[in-house]
Amino acid sequence: MINLTVNGKLHQVDVTPDTPLLYVLRNELQMNAAKFGCGMGQCGACTVIVGDRTVFSCLYPIASVGDRDVRTVEGLGTAESPGPLQQAFIDHQAVQCGYCIAGMIMRAQALLEEIAQPTEAQIRAHMNPNLCRCGTHMRILAAIRSAAASGRITPRQKVQGA
Amino acid sequence: MASMFSKRRIAGASAGIVVLGAILYFALAWHPAMAPVSQPDVPLTAGVVSQGQRIAELGDCVVCHTGPAGARYAGGLPLRTPFGTLYTTNITPDRETGIGNWSLQAFRRAMREGVARDGQLLYPAFPYIHYTHVTDDDLKALYAFLMTRGAVHAPARSNELLLPLRFRPMLAFWNLLYVHEGPRPSMGASPVERGRYLVEGLGHCSSCHTPLNLIGGEKGGDYLGGGEVDGWSAPPLDALLGAPQPWTQEQLVAYLSTGLATEHGAAAGPMRPVVENLSRVPREDVEAIAAYLFSIQNKAVHNAAAQPEASAALANHVSNGKTVFEAACATCHGSGSAMSAYEQRPPLALSSAFNGSSEHNAVLTVLQGLPWPSEPGVTTYMPAFADVLTDAQIADVVTYLRVSAAGRPAWPDVNKTVANLRKESSP
Repeated sequence: MINLTVNGKLHQVDVTPDTPLLYVLRNELQMNAAKFGCGMGQCGACTVIVGDRTVFSCLYPIASVGDRDVRTVEGLGTAESPGPLQQAFIDHQAVQCGYCIAGMIMRAQALLEEIAQPTEAQIRAHMNPNLCRCGTHMRILAAIRSAAASGRITPRQKVQGA
Repeated sequence: MASMFSKRRIAGASAGIVVLGAILYFALAWHPAMAPVSQPDVPLTAGVVSQGQRIAELGDCVVCHTGPAGARYAGGLPLRTPFGTLYTTNITPDRETGIGNWSLQAFRRAMREGVARDGQLLYPAFPYIHYTHVTDDDLKALYAFLMTRGAVHAPARSNELLLPLRFRPMLAFWNLLYVHEGPRPSMGASPVERGRYLVEGLGHCSSCHTPLNLIGGEKGGDYLGGGEVDGWSAPPLDALLGAPQPWTQEQLVAYLSTGLATEHGAAAGPMRPVVENLSRVPREDVEAIAAYLFSIQNKAVHNAAAQPEASAALANHVSNGKTVFEAACATCHGSGSAMSAYEQRPPLALSSAFNGSSEHNAVLTVLQGLPWPSEPGVTTYMPAFADVLTDAQIADVVTYLRVSAAGRPAWPDVNKTVANLRKESSP
């Protein structure tokens, strides 16, 4: 059994250590926000936050997680009470098919927790690894800008020695 | 009295030597400033400029003379050396901060002798010891090409060097040892001669592929015998026949012009921009480079395919490494995976990174991945694993592939290498 904390909640999962984190989230914990896109770290649909880093969960061995908290879009809000980024994505209708969006939001979340008011260049550089095949990038960028402007995202606590 | 006399004689002679030394020294170190020109003193015809572009690509000028997110040729790239950090300079035709008021003569002196227009000695991170071999015609074309780039105002950043090295006249002694001034024939009777001109001159291959001595000079006795740059191992270029599948000339041409060689692997690290430049030069130039390199192969290739020594610790590394491989690497690198069947990419068993004498290239490739290339059409890409795998996991997977896939003896202390390279390569 492997211990795994997701969105603050501890789970015990019975998987081999070479299982990618994405498979554990989707198949063992039925948390289906993170998507399987390419399986090769090229598209970003599987992006989640582990500790303070955004990672491609399709290539992330479960054995690498250790005691760090895994965060997925399920932890940012609910349909009734969406988090600031989720609300901004709704407001800007940044979704076409929606497949990439959970990954987009998690990558943007990590950025805004680290840099509350990023420049346009910082947003674009940070979001670069995530692809949207529908082409809604301009709306995605607008949603991130307005979530930053709302000032509602709590900055990440700097961990000593991290 | 006699001893007093001889002491005075010794003192006098010493003073004389010091004075003579100082005179000789200033004679070597002093170079006159060359008069600024109001406009380039060479006709900037389309034909000359286009020839100059070929020269610039063969010389990789843009690679060092472009800073992170900076304008092309405007300088500002930090070059980390054992002697401190140097920042490359602006070679756009800006009159104030670039080379806009340099004459062809001043430009030629910089390329041949490492002296700036104002007479200041340039640091040998600028490879004038190689560019000195470039012909007058090629230098003139390169000058015309640079003078037709857009002028960018970008003052040079101050270098951060060890104190004694900030005194540039010191470089005169270094130059005495390493500058063998003068052009070489550019178009010989055979591709081999043309290739030699490109490798020794413009291409300055030995800047990275020859080991350096304590004062940063190339070790003459080990020419192209392999060096190190930015933590990457620049493999020996005279042992191409020692790879598990010996290189062929066709593979080398493909590698240099596309960045990918069947049976060997993809260009990574500082070699990537080199092949991006070479993809734009006429194919005959790349073929000439390959022809020359194949003419200098060291016949006595030492192919150390010794059996790895078995130990419990090693078995543990290998078994942990296999776990990491299955989770993080196998989708693309596992046998039968779609990516590994694409474009005749080599299995990792044949990859240069796992068959070389040093683990640096394997470790750095895992840490940094291969970023999306700037050139459309080139498809080699690998995600970075610095944020995914711990030092121990990277050491394990690298050891697993070295031992189980490549079948070579484990590299010692890979854990330590990973920790060091991670520290050095993190921004």
